This record gives sequence, C-alpha cells and structure tokens, in this order.
Amino acid sequence: MDFLPFIRWLDATPGSVAIRESILLYPVIETTHVLMLCLFLGMIAMLDLRLLGVGLRGVPVSQVAGRLLPWALAGFVLMAVSGALLFYSGPLRAWGNVFFRIKMVMILLTGVNALVFHWTVYQRVVSWDNDARPPLRARVAGFCSLMLWCGVVICGRMQAYNWFDKVSG
Amino acid sequence: MDLLPLFQWFEATRLGTVVRESLWLFPVIECVHLLALSLLGGAVLVVDLRLLGLGLRSQPVPELARKIQPWLTLSVVTLIATGIPMFLSEAIKCYYSPPFWYKMGLLVLAIAFAYTVRRAALEQERAPLMAKMLAVVSMSLWFGVGFSGRWIAFY
Repeated sequence: MDFLPFIRWLDATPGSVAIRESILLYPVIETTHVLMLCLFLGMIAMLDLRLLGVGLRGVPVSQVAGRLLPWALAGFVLMAVSGALLFYSGPLRAWGNVFFRIKMVMILLTGVNALVFHWTVYQRVVSWDNDARPPLRARVAGFCSLMLWCGVVICGRMQAYNWFDKVSG
Repeated sequence: MDLLPLFQWFEATRLGTVVRESLWLFPVIECVHLLALSLLGGAVLVVDLRLLGLGLRSQPVPELARKIQPWLTLSVVTLIATGIPMFLSEAIKCYYSPPFWYKMGLLVLAIAFAYTVRRAALEQERAPLMAKMLAVVSMSLWFGVGFSGRWIAFY
C-alpha cells in the first residue's frame, strides 16, 4: 500500500503548515513531548528497575505496577498526543526518516513485550511479589522494556538531525 | 562583571572543540542527557507523588526516599557530566541565550533544595501540608530546569 500521496496531502494541510511555521506552537509541543519523558519513562524505568531487582527493592512488584502505571499511562497519552502533533507538523520529513521508522517499530515491540509480560509471568505475581530478585521471565521483560524505550528515545532524538533525510518530494 | 571572555575560553577548550567539530558526538551525548533526564523524572516524581499522597501511598516516606536517593544522584551526576561537554561546545551561544541563564539559576536552586532541605525533611514522616509543599517546590524547580533547558535550543 502506498501511503505517500496521503502523507503529501497531510503535509500540505493548513494545520500542518501552521504548526511548522509557528514561532511558539512548535517549541511548546516539542517541550511537552520531551518533558513528558520524565513522567512516562521515569515511571516505566522505576518498574523496570524493580523487575530487574535493582530498584525499589522491598516494595511489592504489584504495588509498583499498580500505583505507578496509571501515571505512566497518563504520560503516554500526553506523549502520544504531542508526538502525533509533531508528526503532523512535518509528515513528509518524518515519513522518509529512517529513525522515525525504527522508533515506530520499537514502540510496537514495547507493546508486545508489555502484553506478553502481563499475560504470562505477571499472572502469577502473587508468588514472587516480594522477591528482591524476580523470576527470569520478569527480569527479561524489564530488561527488554528498558532497552527498547532507550532505543525509542535515541531514535526520537536522532530523527531531528537531518543526516539521512530523504526528501521524497 | 563581563563573563564573555570566560565563555570564549570555555568554547575554545579542547573538549568543547572536539564535541563541536564532531558530527555525531553532540547527538550521542544529548541522547544520554535525555535518558538521564527520564531517570531523574522517575526518581523525583516517585517521591514527590508520594509526598502528595499519590503513587506509592502505602510506602513510608523515609524508606522510599532512601531507596530512591542513589537513582537521583546517578541521574544528576550523569546529567551534569553530559551537560558540560555540550555546554563547552557552544558556550558563546549559551552566553547570549536567556533560557541558559534561567536554567543555570534554577539548576543551582533545584540541586541545593534536593540535597539540603528536601533530603533532610525526608528523613522522617512530615505533616501532610509540609509534605505537599516540599513536593510542589521540588517539582516546580526541576520542571523549570527541564523547561528552560529545552528552550536553549530555541532562543
């Protein structure tokens, strides 16, 4: 399926041009996107570190997940909205950017990792809730989540540099 | 006091020059800076949310603060260690950037507050009002640092 005509159309819509050319709007959206990392990835990192057995030891895993994930979810919504607006402000440039594509794939993989974790080893969390060192599958999930999200941040940052820009105009 | 000569010297340092002349060094350092920012967010917010009566509510504050402290320090040290080479590579630009000066002022306040008042206060349970004030001051200071930091790129 060829998305390019749609991406070109989107790139030329008045809203897209307005954000792109705005002196204030773009920086505000961008700043929201970056600072939400503190809320979203900060909370995710705390859970991942707990799963790895290196952070928040002594706090039950179910408590860390139950109390911090709602905050992470709120952060994710704000990241997704501000991210969608950033994409909307320059869809053509993002679409041709290799880092953008890798980033999107990695976000999908974090979702798969989270679902697998919740459907498998987390179902039996009562049996390892207080373990300072959770079972291997939980540690692997925490490790994958941490590495993938670091990759997402790195790709997101690299996307702003135009090293590999391929203008498909 | 005219600080411009000092900033010109910063810009001319070996480290500043190496980072400035490299295509990939600045972006790579910037990525580590961002990852450390995320960790800082987690370390600050877990405790501040708790002080607000949210998040890990059933954990005692002093214990939670003690467990989080190493992560706070790790992230602050990483942020400074990555911030210095980025600053040196564009010191003169920073000299003329208002957000840079706001950021440095707020950074000094945020670190001073985190490692003196807040740290001492967290050694025992506090009255809800006092706890909430600590959290609000802490979050406002760090938010100001992050916000003005991002705006160095724009102004």
